Amino acid sequence: MTSTNNAMPQGERAIASSDELQQYDRALLAEHEHDEEGNSMFGFIVFLLSESVIFLSFFAGYIVYKTTAIDWLPPGIEGLEVREPAINTVVLVSSSFVIYFAERALKKDNLWGFRLFWLLTMGMGSYFLYGQAVEWNSLEFGFTSGTFGGTFYLLTGFHGLHVFTGVLLQLIMLIRSFLPGNYEAGHFGVDATSLFWHFVDVIWIILFVLIYVWQ
Amino acid sequence: MTSTQTKNTGVVSEKHHHPPTTWKTYFSFSTDHKVIGIQYTVTAFIFFLIGGIFAMIIRGELITPESDLVDRTVYNAMFTMHGTVMLFMWTFPVLAGLANYLVPLMIGARDMAFPRLNAVAFWMVPVFGVILMGSFLVPGGAAQAGWWSYPPVSTQNPTGNLINGQFLWLLAVALSGISSILGAVNIVTTIFRMRAPGMGFFRMPAYVWTVLSAQIIQLFGLPALTAGAVMLLFDLTVGTTFFDPAKGGDPVLYQHLFWFYSHPAVYVIILPVFGIFSEVFPVYARKPLFGYKVVAVSSLIITGLSAVVWVHHMFASGTPGWMRMLFMFSTMLISVPTGIKVFAWVATIWGGKLRLDTPMLFALGGLVMFVFSGITGIMLAAVPVDIHVNNTYFVVGHFHYVIYGATVMGIYAALYHWFPKMTGKMYYEGLGKLHFWLTFIGANLNFFPMHPLGLQGMPRRVASYDPEFAFWNVIASIGGFLLGMSTLPFLLNMISSWVGGKKATDNPWRAIGLEWLVSSPPPVENFEEQLPIVIAEPYGYGKSEDLVANASELN
Repeated sequence: MTSTNNAMPQGERAIASSDELQQYDRALLAEHEHDEEGNSMFGFIVFLLSESVIFLSFFAGYIVYKTTAIDWLPPGIEGLEVREPAINTVVLVSSSFVIYFAERALKKDNLWGFRLFWLLTMGMGSYFLYGQAVEWNSLEFGFTSGTFGGTFYLLTGFHGLHVFTGVLLQLIMLIRSFLPGNYEAGHFGVDATSLFWHFVDVIWIILFVLIYVWQ
Repeated sequence: MTSTQTKNTGVVSEKHHHPPTTWKTYFSFSTDHKVIGIQYTVTAFIFFLIGGIFAMIIRGELITPESDLVDRTVYNAMFTMHGTVMLFMWTFPVLAGLANYLVPLMIGARDMAFPRLNAVAFWMVPVFGVILMGSFLVPGGAAQAGWWSYPPVSTQNPTGNLINGQFLWLLAVALSGISSILGAVNIVTTIFRMRAPGMGFFRMPAYVWTVLSAQIIQLFGLPALTAGAVMLLFDLTVGTTFFDPAKGGDPVLYQHLFWFYSHPAVYVIILPVFGIFSEVFPVYARKPLFGYKVVAVSSLIITGLSAVVWVHHMFASGTPGWMRMLFMFSTMLISVPTGIKVFAWVATIWGGKLRLDTPMLFALGGLVMFVFSGITGIMLAAVPVDIHVNNTYFVVGHFHYVIYGATVMGIYAALYHWFPKMTGKMYYEGLGKLHFWLTFIGANLNFFPMHPLGLQGMPRRVASYDPEFAFWNVIASIGGFLLGMSTLPFLLNMISSWVGGKKATDNPWRAIGLEWLVSSPPPVENFEEQLPIVIAEPYGYGKSEDLVANASELN
């Protein structure tokens, strides 16, 4: 059912009597059934809400460890370097705006504009992953260095996995944009990828504050 | 979609379409919610029997005070796997199956919102089932840390192998969680977005309300368990120290993450059973559900409260006093919405014209046993009582009254009630009644003795015990074996009725609901020509009003 039909969306309004049915275009009944893009987006939002609880659990665990630990930092570790991760943060957060421009271009059927901004987003996401890898390499503590090391790699790693998934989804959407007529029927894939990207961004901001700012 | 169906525009009559499926369909990657519903149910029942065999071994061991039937490590694996299989392989899948089958029919949809996702979620069940069963074959055998897998017990890994019972346990539970989240996304989307015209929220059957409430719990609870399981997996395999107190870790954090999901999980289980009671009682008492809207909303209240009660499992885990008080209070609050429901069911039955068919017997038996478990639940919510009986058989008795007395009985009620709809055949009433009495007597013989045992101090999860506990244990074991036997008439009934039973009419119980307006079994996309146009609230018993405006065009 398209949004232009205001007769009876999804049974939200109750039909009081069979008289009211006369106003009802019966042909619409057959169409009532599937707004598949709308369903997919609704389902995806529900999934992201659920997914956010995993991060919330990890954050809660991190806060418990940090506030109750006797020896929080492993021996010989002074703290975390903030400068490089801050640059990384700026890149990732900016990419959320860039992907918005990509989406807008697609809505205006400007395919090349979409591809340009989309590719830029992918570049920024990849740069973030690269920066993360460089940082991991330079660190002198590991995954098993107490709860500090454990939670650090767990949080950044689990988030990094999401960034990687996001870039992968973006790659798929980019390839699909070259299939003729692929985005004419609708662009749930692009919208969902974009929403996912914003989600990953917001999670990173919380994570950055918890791990790097609050030392 | 309707090519295999005979077109029909006449008045509603007793027509029998060809069933949309053959037996081979049930072994295929079908995306039909009704096929998937039955796939879930049958798969789950197979694991119910396996979990039941584990229970028989446990009761066989406990019939004598000495540890003389199986090795102690085997016994540990038995109670661990009994709990795991019964929850993750039987209760969740069978309830997912019922919801899959019933929700689209009840809200007037042709299928779930995401049929392929639905099939994927189901086919994960046999996969993690095989992983779980396979864990018996690895060196050291299956997991032995109990179904909650508390560290540090669960991180011991005595054999030193990477692939050990505990590792496979965590893998299976994680997969089960993913499958359940996919299912929950699907069901919630379906209920919000796929309702038929006129099917407002307050025209949905109470069962749909309870499924919605339960699936919302899955969505916010399961990720917490997943987080805990991931951390435990790293502790077990790569040597992180999240839960190792010797190296700065915090084992109680695991308990928090575990119970943040696993207490609400009990409501994931019991809420749909409440829904089944709300469906069954009006049909067999010929009265509308008392206080329908309050009953519907009380499910959501339980969902909300379920998020703030988990610490009552940890009163003995060094929990500070203020926290104990807080969680005692919130836990006792649960009894308010639950009490509303019990009151509504009693008021529904009261003065009704009762028909004691098998589904009604199971629902009544389930209600009685639920009230008993509710009373012991309030006792356990009280901190002093809980600390006294912590880790004793009193706790085991309480939750078996919930899980078997209320839940399994309610599931049986649902299976009998909708069996004619699902298969187009009637079951044998005599076998059904035999099954009920064996189950009811067996369950009470099995689980009642656990309460005095717990009060006397018998700890749970032991293979041997003081001879003074022998009397009640013998009775419990006899009840356990009776319960094992009770599944035989059920199996005989279901299989023989499906194969050779009397044909069922479209609405053998004269029930009111969208699923009863279509043929038995329903056609492939549920409603033949049009979606139903709903014009009334559910449960219009004794009101002689129409539920839909276009009944003749559905069938």
